[in-house]
Amino acid sequence: MAIDEENWARRRRRFKSSNHSRGSSKEMQRLGDFKLPAFFNYPPYFTLQLVRETREKQVQLWKELILDYCRTQKIFVIGLEEEFPLFSNLVIERSLSNEAREAFLSALVSEGRAEWLDKGHRKCLILWHRIQDWADLILSFVKENGLEDSVMTVEEIRSGIESRGTELQGMDRTVLMRALKVLENKGKLAIFKGTSADDEGVKFSI
Amino acid sequence: MDDIFTAASVTSSGRPVLAENEVECNLLSNVDLEPEDGTANSFVALKSGVLILTTHRLLWLSSAKGVGIPLSSITHIFSSKRSIKSVFHSPRFRFQVSAAVITVVVRGKGDWEVFLTKLWESWRARAWEETTTTSVVVNRESTSSGSGSGFYGSDGSVRMVGVAGILRKEQQLWESTDKSLQDAFQDLNALMNKAKEMVLLAEKMRQKLLSTSNSTNQDEMGSKEEMQDWLLSVGIASPVTKESAGALYHQQLSSQLADFVRIPLERAGGMISLIDIYCLFNRARGTELISPEDLFKACSLWEKFDVPVMLRKFDSGVMVVQNKAHSDEEVFARLRTLVAKPETLRTGISASDAAMTLGIAPAMAKEHLLTAESKGFLCRDISPDGFRFYVNLFPEISPNDLHLVKDHGIYGAWIRAASVSG
Repeated sequence: MAIDEENWARRRRRFKSSNHSRGSSKEMQRLGDFKLPAFFNYPPYFTLQLVRETREKQVQLWKELILDYCRTQKIFVIGLEEEFPLFSNLVIERSLSNEAREAFLSALVSEGRAEWLDKGHRKCLILWHRIQDWADLILSFVKENGLEDSVMTVEEIRSGIESRGTELQGMDRTVLMRALKVLENKGKLAIFKGTSADDEGVKFSI
Repeated sequence: MDDIFTAASVTSSGRPVLAENEVECNLLSNVDLEPEDGTANSFVALKSGVLILTTHRLLWLSSAKGVGIPLSSITHIFSSKRSIKSVFHSPRFRFQVSAAVITVVVRGKGDWEVFLTKLWESWRARAWEETTTTSVVVNRESTSSGSGSGFYGSDGSVRMVGVAGILRKEQQLWESTDKSLQDAFQDLNALMNKAKEMVLLAEKMRQKLLSTSNSTNQDEMGSKEEMQDWLLSVGIASPVTKESAGALYHQQLSSQLADFVRIPLERAGGMISLIDIYCLFNRARGTELISPEDLFKACSLWEKFDVPVMLRKFDSGVMVVQNKAHSDEEVFARLRTLVAKPETLRTGISASDAAMTLGIAPAMAKEHLLTAESKGFLCRDISPDGFRFYVNLFPEISPNDLHLVKDHGIYGAWIRAASVSG
């Protein structure tokens, strides 16, 4: 299904680009509601560079772009073998090789802005906020809503009425649990198990 | 001193400039020329140079100076004395030039006895007296072949049989073989004489070309190009061979090669692959071919001497000969203007694009592009369409603000170029 849509989009874009060359150049700057930088259409951006200095800069630009994109699109996990919109550019018909994808994500991992979810490096958790930052966000969320001594389920934090419109909305469960563990270790809350994973609860004590 | 020695000019790489018809025969390294005792005031001793024997002259060359002694001025060559003393001395031999007697002291390892023999040969051959190269075919006496019917009557009345008959038959066979061999060698001599003429002609053309290389008339440029084409097949009149140079072979070959590559290099825009040089050089040498190994050694020796060319190995392993003056900077400057054009900003350049613009072979162009890449001035784009190079925009982009574009600068220029016909 996804592939069919992809093809369709590509065909439409090609059609447009051949007829309205000027319009297409503006259109291609966006990926959904995400504004792509100009260098996204620079073909060497998609080839892993060999020269050290050039490569360092390229890796840096990719790190920034991936974090930027994931933050605005609320993407937590990138699968190397799955389609990821950033990793190919249909306009210039370039896409990143697996080696390049792994190189860029590894660079994020080494900076603590991502973590491999498996040993084979096929799935990567993107931390545009570090776990500690997420913990701080949860704290301020609790304070703003006057929940200092209340009990909430983990699910409520992700999708409750209170979190709507905040950064916590739709947050990845793995990341949320890790942030809560950090707070638990600091004695700011207690996690207690319910009957299923869905009703794990949190008792704040700030 | 002046009446003994004449000045000997050398090429930029230290090879002697030979006269028309003059051919190198042998050479010795590390040789001193000393005046004989008693005639010490005739000249100052010359220390440690290379002594080169040609058909016309003896040349003594050192890094500082070079002198020549015409063989015609030698009045006597002394046969070397063998005494107890000579066991402890460096080998030496003497010859007389007008009033002075010159002692040649051989401190190097070369085979001085062979040299002396060759000196005798050249001195006696009096090559300098052959004013023009008339194609004198050496006419061997062909009278001896008439003996077939000398001993025995041709009427057949006295027929030798038995052992004598067999012997006679053998004799006849031998004589006819001898004759055909002689004929064959006559042809060969004629061929060699002709070959020498051809080489002389080529050499003459080269001299002429060199002397008129300053004129820039359009017409002459055309004919110059034609001449240069001819030059590819020009022979080298006096090739350095292992026989003539011995231990100094590679060093001498190296110098000769340095002189030789100058013209092909100019033609090729300052850089030429080692394989091409190998072909051109061997073609010019005619029969005295050298091996790839020898060529490589000769080229490797360049870095030890002050010659205007150098051997260069690219990271990929490709080896080329290039002018020292031919710098990467110049090539980069041309590449820089090429990639900064709006069209190439957008599409990049392939090795063949660069080859066409720079007027060099694609393999060579690729080396230049890769070098430019390694210096951070280009970057690569590998796609199903091929391997292309783009001007390196990465340093222009700010990692803190991915959307920031400075109005002036190559990044802005690239965006404009890319959006015009995206």
